[in-house]
Amino acid sequence: MKLREVIEVLKAEVINADNLDLEIVTACGSDMMSDALAFVKDQAMLLTGLVNPQTIRTAEMLDIHCIVFVRGKMPGADMIELAKDRDIALLSTGYRMFTACGRLYAAGLGGGCDEN
Amino acid sequence: MTPITKRYEVSGDDFTHAGEASGKVKTLLKQIGYHPDAIRRIAIAMYEGEINMVIHANGGFANVDIYPDRVEILLEDTGPGIEDVDKAMEEGYSTAPDEVRALGFGAGMGLPNIKKYTDDMRIESAVGVGTKVYMTIKGQ
Ligand SMILES: Nc1ncnc2c1ncn2[C@@H]1O[C@H](COP(=O)(O)OP(=O)(O)OP(=O)(O)O)[C@@H](O)[C@H]1O
Ligand SMILES: [Mg+2]
Repeated sequence: MKLREVIEVLKAEVINADNLDLEIVTACGSDMMSDALAFVKDQAMLLTGLVNPQTIRTAEMLDIHCIVFVRGKMPGADMIELAKDRDIALLSTGYRMFTACGRLYAAGLGGGCDEN
Repeated sequence: MTPITKRYEVSGDDFTHAGEASGKVKTLLKQIGYHPDAIRRIAIAMYEGEINMVIHANGGFANVDIYPDRVEILLEDTGPGIEDVDKAMEEGYSTAPDEVRALGFGAGMGLPNIKKYTDDMRIESAVGVGTKVYMTIKGQ
């Protein structure tokens, strides 16, 4: 799924994105960073309600190129700067975690585990 | 073979900058063209250890030795130490207070993640003295 489709499915606001053709293959939803860190897949996207610089760092370590903040959360200027530096796209959606994940899953995005 | 050696101070009262040392190591490894699969495992393992030093031990030092076939990392702090290392290694075991949980940490997954992503890991810890976490990640 391309980033532009993710934006559509989540009716998301784009905070930072250079390449709307970015290919997203799997996604992971978590508010606990070590949970996300246990999950390593290529071309993954992180959905989270956690808004602090460690969200960006976690994505950096995992080579995650897109973070979606759920429940309409918005990162601060420092976080946006950090994300731009690392080439990480940032979106914000008004949907809650469950709904956001459900919409993406229904649109064909998998969870990246063996059972999906 | 002499390794590339780096030493970073990890500040204990600066959650915002936690992870900077790991980020620098990741950038350096990319620059020198290190094995891509190893880079990711190194970055994750070191980041978990670095975060632990910040949230549990008031900071410390990260020592990184980069060899062609492996990376050796020693994270050392003079924090409270770990009373029961075996217990700390269990998935889900965490003593993190609610404020830390609100920051997205404290799932009790950090040390198990380090074990999972490294080829070798060892913890030396003494209560009231501090903790040393040794890890080795093979370059292939
Ligand atoms: N450097 C350290 N100094 C003192 N105690 C530590 C240190 N590292 C880990 N611990 C202890 O071991 C426990 C387990 O660590 P672990 O990294 O697995 O989980 P966590 O840090 O609590 O949560 P998470 O890593 O999922 O955010 C910690 O809760 C803490 O009690
Ligand atoms: Mg931890």
